[in-house]
Amino acid sequence: MEIPYELETRIDEVITHYPVSKRSATLPLLHMLQEYFGYISEETMAWVAEKLELEPINILEVVTFYPMFRQEPAGETHIRVCRTLSCAMAGGYDLFKTFCKHAQIENEQDEHGHILKSADGKYSIEFVECLASCGSGPVCMINDDFYERVTREEVPQLLERYR
Amino acid sequence: MVSIVRTPHPREKRVIFKNIDRPGWTNDMDCYLNDGGYEELKRALQMKPEEIVNEVKASGLRGRGGAGFSCGLKWSFIKPGDTKPTYLICNADESEPGTFKDRYIIHQDPHQLIEGMIISCFAVNARLAYIYIRGEFPEGAKILERALAEAKAHGFLGKNILMSGFDLEIYVHRGAGAYICGEETGLIESLEGKRPYPRIKPPYFPAVLGLYMSPTIVNNVETLCNIKHIVRIGGAEYAKTGKPNNTGTRILCVSGDIQKPGYYEFEVGSITMGELINDICGGLKPGRKLKAVIPGGSSAKVLRAGERYKLKVKQADSTLIENEIGLEDIPMDFDSLTAVGSMAGSGGVIVMDDSRDMVWVLNNINKFYAHESCGQCTPCREGSLWMKKVTDRMMLGSGIEKDTDTLKAIADNIAGRTICAFGEACSWPTQSFVEKFRDEFVATVAKDSNGSYTH
Repeated sequence: MEIPYELETRIDEVITHYPVSKRSATLPLLHMLQEYFGYISEETMAWVAEKLELEPINILEVVTFYPMFRQEPAGETHIRVCRTLSCAMAGGYDLFKTFCKHAQIENEQDEHGHILKSADGKYSIEFVECLASCGSGPVCMINDDFYERVTREEVPQLLERYR
Repeated sequence: MVSIVRTPHPREKRVIFKNIDRPGWTNDMDCYLNDGGYEELKRALQMKPEEIVNEVKASGLRGRGGAGFSCGLKWSFIKPGDTKPTYLICNADESEPGTFKDRYIIHQDPHQLIEGMIISCFAVNARLAYIYIRGEFPEGAKILERALAEAKAHGFLGKNILMSGFDLEIYVHRGAGAYICGEETGLIESLEGKRPYPRIKPPYFPAVLGLYMSPTIVNNVETLCNIKHIVRIGGAEYAKTGKPNNTGTRILCVSGDIQKPGYYEFEVGSITMGELINDICGGLKPGRKLKAVIPGGSSAKVLRAGERYKLKVKQADSTLIENEIGLEDIPMDFDSLTAVGSMAGSGGVIVMDDSRDMVWVLNNINKFYAHESCGQCTPCREGSLWMKKVTDRMMLGSGIEKDTDTLKAIADNIAGRTICAFGEACSWPTQSFVEKFRDEFVATVAKDSNGSYTH
């Protein structure tokens, strides 16, 4: 596993934000490494553990708890649709299905907790809980970009932006 | 993807949200300084820390995160002269369904928050502070990091701030999608790099045994923003806004079945539920009738339209009389919403009209809590999932007659039996929906047994 020099320099800087306990840098390091590799492998976890002078289990228990960390790659473009009440009332479930249809993602399902991928690996989608924009539902995130009041008709053009 | 920007309603009093959607406003340092930014910090650094704590106490400010605890009292739990360092954490893990206020402060007015934090750190003598921002706000985290760098470049952060001898560093720390991190002791565990399992109180009150087992203050974004305004006008003057014991302004986030959903800031208690829904938010959709309102985030107990609520009102001669009022006459303040059996919580108001199936609504809420329970305490871990499974089967048309009572029994056996308030947060929706809309739950199950109920 290669960690580029530039990334490791940034990682070392982030660790200094936690002068009392290096262990506090677990979440930031995992975010940075997931951003770089696309997911968190066992090797990555071992690397973080060594970096922070911890046991690999300390990292594994964090990765398995927090919904944003994943142990396998998502699609090139990852879509998160809000499932919670105000968005659901505004059509969140319908939005999820429309994304699946246009991104050619099979196995439509209504529940969160699983990442669904298109066969070509271009897109992946998951339901997430409240994204804190309940007054402008339904909302979604595509990679790190946030979109509100998304209508069914806008889905194809939105996906096109990330092709 | 239409972007809707509304000019503030004439009945609003914009203090914390003064700069949100303000024409010409940008979130950088220059704009903030041109508007008189960081003047309150300069003033605060001339004061003694305990004077600031006293002003905050006098202001009557109550926490805006959900529990409504007195901010000044929380701060005064920090004992001067403790040998351990004190930490301050800004809780920017905004994730209570129905709540969307901190998002706008972070994106559009980060310096207001940072100035409030620096003053607060000075008041409680914290030299290291963190902003714990939810993982799903990646842009917000970048904006805050840029704003912190600007503040440092201007000498408002770092060593010897404005020659006062006070040192402070603030760092942004991103969460990773777990609702329980909004619970202050869970947040602290998360910031320590662990699973966010909340700690039991006592003994782990953050003000005594918080981050790294040191005294720690955890305050919500909106609460910390209020601090600079208290320093500006003084605690006594601040306490004149709002109502006694419910001072200041409050941001209400309104969503659901209304014409103009969005965020609105009012003096606490200056409007009623009906005025909020009908006058401010443009009423319900055409031809619809009000059915129910969740007044303070999805954990708050639901209120049913058409029901009568008892509210004690203080008379001029300070005697109390009990009034019977309808849902629409309930004043939107902490004490009134508690008195009618719910709570002001995080300010997230979710409105439901008569097109909504209450079993569907509760099922949606139950899915949230079943997913977000941290799993530490058995009643919550198992119970939240059972409640979801029971409403799941009701939705699928396979409910059985005793399901309505089963739901209530499960909820009653979670609340009060867990380490943190998530136990209450997940059972209050079930308890209240089943109690207030029992007829609908019973009817759903009755249809199921006839085999005629389809979804």
